[in-house]
Amino acid sequence: MALDTATAPIATVGAAPPRPQPPARRGSRSSRAVVNTLLTIVALYTLMPLSWLLVNATKDNGDLFGSPGFRLGEFNLFGNIADLFAYQDGVFGRWLANSLLYSVAGALASTLISLLAGYAFATYSFRGREKLYGLVLLGILVPPTVVSLPMYLLASEAGLVNTYWAVLIPSLVNPFGVYLARVFAEAYVPHETLEAARMDGAGELRVFGSVALPMLSPAFVTIFLFTFTGSWNNFFLPLVMLNDSSLYPVGLGLFGWNAVLPQEPQLYALIVTGSLLSVVPLAVAFLTLQRHWRSGLTAGAVK
Amino acid sequence: MASTRLGRRRQAAPALFLAPFLLLFAATLLAPIGYAVWMSLFREQASSGLGFGGTETLFVGVDNYLRALDDPGFRRGFAHIALYCLIYIPVMVGGALTLALLVDSALARAKRFFQLAYFLPHAVPGLIAAIVWGFLYTPGLSPVIDLLSVFGADWDLLGPDAVVFSMANAATWQWIGYNVVIFYAALQAVPRETLEASVVDGAGELRTAWSVKLPMIRSSVVLTTLFTAVGAIQLFNEPEVLRSRSSAISPEWSPVMFIYQAAFTEHDYGLAAAASLLLAVLGAVLSFAITRLGNRWKEA
Repeated sequence: MALDTATAPIATVGAAPPRPQPPARRGSRSSRAVVNTLLTIVALYTLMPLSWLLVNATKDNGDLFGSPGFRLGEFNLFGNIADLFAYQDGVFGRWLANSLLYSVAGALASTLISLLAGYAFATYSFRGREKLYGLVLLGILVPPTVVSLPMYLLASEAGLVNTYWAVLIPSLVNPFGVYLARVFAEAYVPHETLEAARMDGAGELRVFGSVALPMLSPAFVTIFLFTFTGSWNNFFLPLVMLNDSSLYPVGLGLFGWNAVLPQEPQLYALIVTGSLLSVVPLAVAFLTLQRHWRSGLTAGAVK
Repeated sequence: MASTRLGRRRQAAPALFLAPFLLLFAATLLAPIGYAVWMSLFREQASSGLGFGGTETLFVGVDNYLRALDDPGFRRGFAHIALYCLIYIPVMVGGALTLALLVDSALARAKRFFQLAYFLPHAVPGLIAAIVWGFLYTPGLSPVIDLLSVFGADWDLLGPDAVVFSMANAATWQWIGYNVVIFYAALQAVPRETLEASVVDGAGELRTAWSVKLPMIRSSVVLTTLFTAVGAIQLFNEPEVLRSRSSAISPEWSPVMFIYQAAFTEHDYGLAAAASLLLAVLGAVLSFAITRLGNRWKEA
């Protein structure tokens, strides 16, 4: 894949050839210990809440409060999961399915739209290109909460409030995705290859679909991952747009349960288990697609 | 002839490729901003006291902006996020930078593991992160509070003094690894010859980090500070989630919570729109200031 060769120089730099100085210059044993201890303490901090979630999703309500946070109680994970999916006629399963729909369908469409736009910015020169691109970049900085209220009112004029579309359509627009797509397209799609395809008589759409798009597949994965995360994390927009709980994504549903906890304490175990389940898809995606989000962040950081 | 046809085709192509994005961009970003500006200039009033006659819309000029600025709740919201930013931004940027420099230093082992461990919380949706930390701040549930009490500390992590720190902690936890990876990626691009030259000159790890590595990744630092600040002023998830557990958080604790209340509880859309735009202006001013400071750093 093109990305492998692109990141290769960075990777070899990272695995730097042995430096010329004797090891003693590279820090004493004690400073080495201090640095690694510090890093380990921070790692314990970042991993603590996740491991707490993992341990406590296995406890029932009694053990949740009755046993110390990190001690295992009676193993009740499957009981919790069964309760979770049975509660309120299985609304949790519905929320998970909604989240998948919003994130997967939204991210697929959004990634394609971003790639088309980024590719156009990278490969064609037309009047006002850089001005238009500047406008798109400004879009990255617009606080989403600022546009949510007027968007809600516009959506209610259009009769879209409280429908899947109200959450899906805004999630299709991703200025940061266009930025990444342009960076990738400039790096990985050589003009000569496009010209050659044109000489062979391919139309512009064909050139994009059969020549450029395959070259942009690493960009596709990276942008998809970012957009997917964004949709999966999106809370404010569904909160504003939806009031029918059968349309909720999983985060908004759990938020609703969390808000009534003082009145319904039996929900504790369900929320802990539900939180764990809603973290799993993203954690798996990040762990398996490490290379891709890394390259996305690099493109965002270095350029 | 063929070439002019090709030329025309090539002019149509970018328009075709850009159309889906630009249409949606206009519909979900430009139109709402324009609509917010329009709305902020009007005020809806019930034409009859009973609300039967519907509403009439009055042009009020800048009155909504003055009402927002005059509202003690809104002003308290800005005081709250000012304090929050003072805690959160330095901890986030300084912390992520320190960690990235440590991981990048020749002293660190298991670099990949540490980056992954720091990044993993970012896979947790912000809302879930706030819910989980809410549990970890709750006496009886929280191993953190148990641990503190072993040392004799009896802190109310959701009390009026601590709650801002508790919010900043939840947000830091979620985002710090993301920024560590960004800084680390930028550090990897620093040419090795430069570093070797610095070592030959007799600079230690600390010196190299401070005077060679840091200046070379300043554009990443500036950009990250910018995004951190713009995110911080929109604080909503953490206080909204912790509100059900803490009496120290009012329904309009942060500006975005104020906007949400104004719009969806009071149905005072003019006020909500004006408040949103004031927040957007603050974001623009902050972005401008940070970019300016960044440029000055570049010249220095």
